[in-house]
Amino acid sequence: MPSLKSLRIRINSVKSTQKITKAMKMVAASKLRRAQEAAEAARPYAERMGAMLGALASGQAGQDNAPRLLVGTGKSDVHLLVVATAERGLCGAFNSSIVKLARRQIEELTAQGKTVKILCVGKKGRDQLRRDHASKIVDTVDLSKVRRIGFTEAQEITDRVVAMFEAGEFDVATIFFNNFVSVISQVPSTTQLIPAQVGGEAAGAGEAAGGAIYEYEPEEGEILEKLLPRNLSVQVYRALLENAASEQGARMSAMDNATRNAGEMIKKLTTVYNRSRQAQITKELIEIISGAEAV
Amino acid sequence: MAETFGFELVSPEKLLLSVQAEMVTVPGEAGDMGILPGHAPVISTLRLGVIEVSKATGGEERIFVAGGFAEMSNNKLTVLAEEAVPVAQIDRAKTEAKLKDAREDLADAKTDLARAKAQAAADKFQAMLDCAA
Repeated sequence: MPSLKSLRIRINSVKSTQKITKAMKMVAASKLRRAQEAAEAARPYAERMGAMLGALASGQAGQDNAPRLLVGTGKSDVHLLVVATAERGLCGAFNSSIVKLARRQIEELTAQGKTVKILCVGKKGRDQLRRDHASKIVDTVDLSKVRRIGFTEAQEITDRVVAMFEAGEFDVATIFFNNFVSVISQVPSTTQLIPAQVGGEAAGAGEAAGGAIYEYEPEEGEILEKLLPRNLSVQVYRALLENAASEQGARMSAMDNATRNAGEMIKKLTTVYNRSRQAQITKELIEIISGAEAV
Repeated sequence: MAETFGFELVSPEKLLLSVQAEMVTVPGEAGDMGILPGHAPVISTLRLGVIEVSKATGGEERIFVAGGFAEMSNNKLTVLAEEAVPVAQIDRAKTEAKLKDAREDLADAKTDLARAKAQAAADKFQAMLDCAA
């Protein structure tokens, strides 16, 4: 039986933990709202970009001189996995679910005899992947100093990826991130970056919007060459934003659980505390009464 | 009332402007383009420059863009710009300071990539100053 004092200390410590988790939950909730707004604000650009790309790419894809970012190198020997995770922990299974998906993909690709390279975005993912894939990590992008993810961060990552692609360091690039569905549900997802995926839906939208043949200024190919890296940045940006929203969502529900658990713990400890306090009082009373009777 | 068409200016971070316009002049890669209602479908890249919008409600808006893409289709003009600042909001002193920084970076740049980046930044701030003047 723990002493009354140690119980009291225990209860107080759980109480202060609860205060922290509660505060973290509230901070995450407000950050989540901002992240969601950012993700929504970014949507029009991504949609228009997709439509424009669709209109352009449908005319170019079949040609021999189509840009390599669109058609790829024609091989798929070396894969680059861009694994986007959070900079901080304490957000439930957020980081490990991305890492798990990435790990599975790595195993699959290595089983097929392909070479895998990893570009980590965010330090939590790097820490986890370093355990058994340290040799595959080529670079890490540190976003811990960044308070709000802007387009510039996405662009920096894209620049790095494009530079690597142009140096012939890989054939296929895929980004791993958590897709934000709701506060309690984030789905780890992948998007292929290079060769660019022009969705059927985007291409359709391009045609529907145009309905006619576009004039191009300068030439189609030239525009496409400028548009593709931009589109890449947009994809990365979208992934980062989804990730940011998911991180806050995951943290919010994790902290909500933690707060609830702490509450339960406090309740249990308080019951034990009261019982032993009463037991002690009763014991003292018995001692006094039996002492008085003996006189 | 004159005919109008929809104009939208979108940056990656948000939708900046969505108005009905009578005429929009965009700084196309191959020269400025004045776009009027009913313009043929066109896709063009943009260079550094100013977009001039004559709004249907009257009044004009001048916005500096640091490159991007313009698409005209179905009587609707969409400009995708990574960076857009209304000309009226350009802060001369700040821009000059940034231009100076960029020029210093350019002088210090060791690799081609860094040099190209600094050059692009310098060009951008120079163009901003030019159009704010």
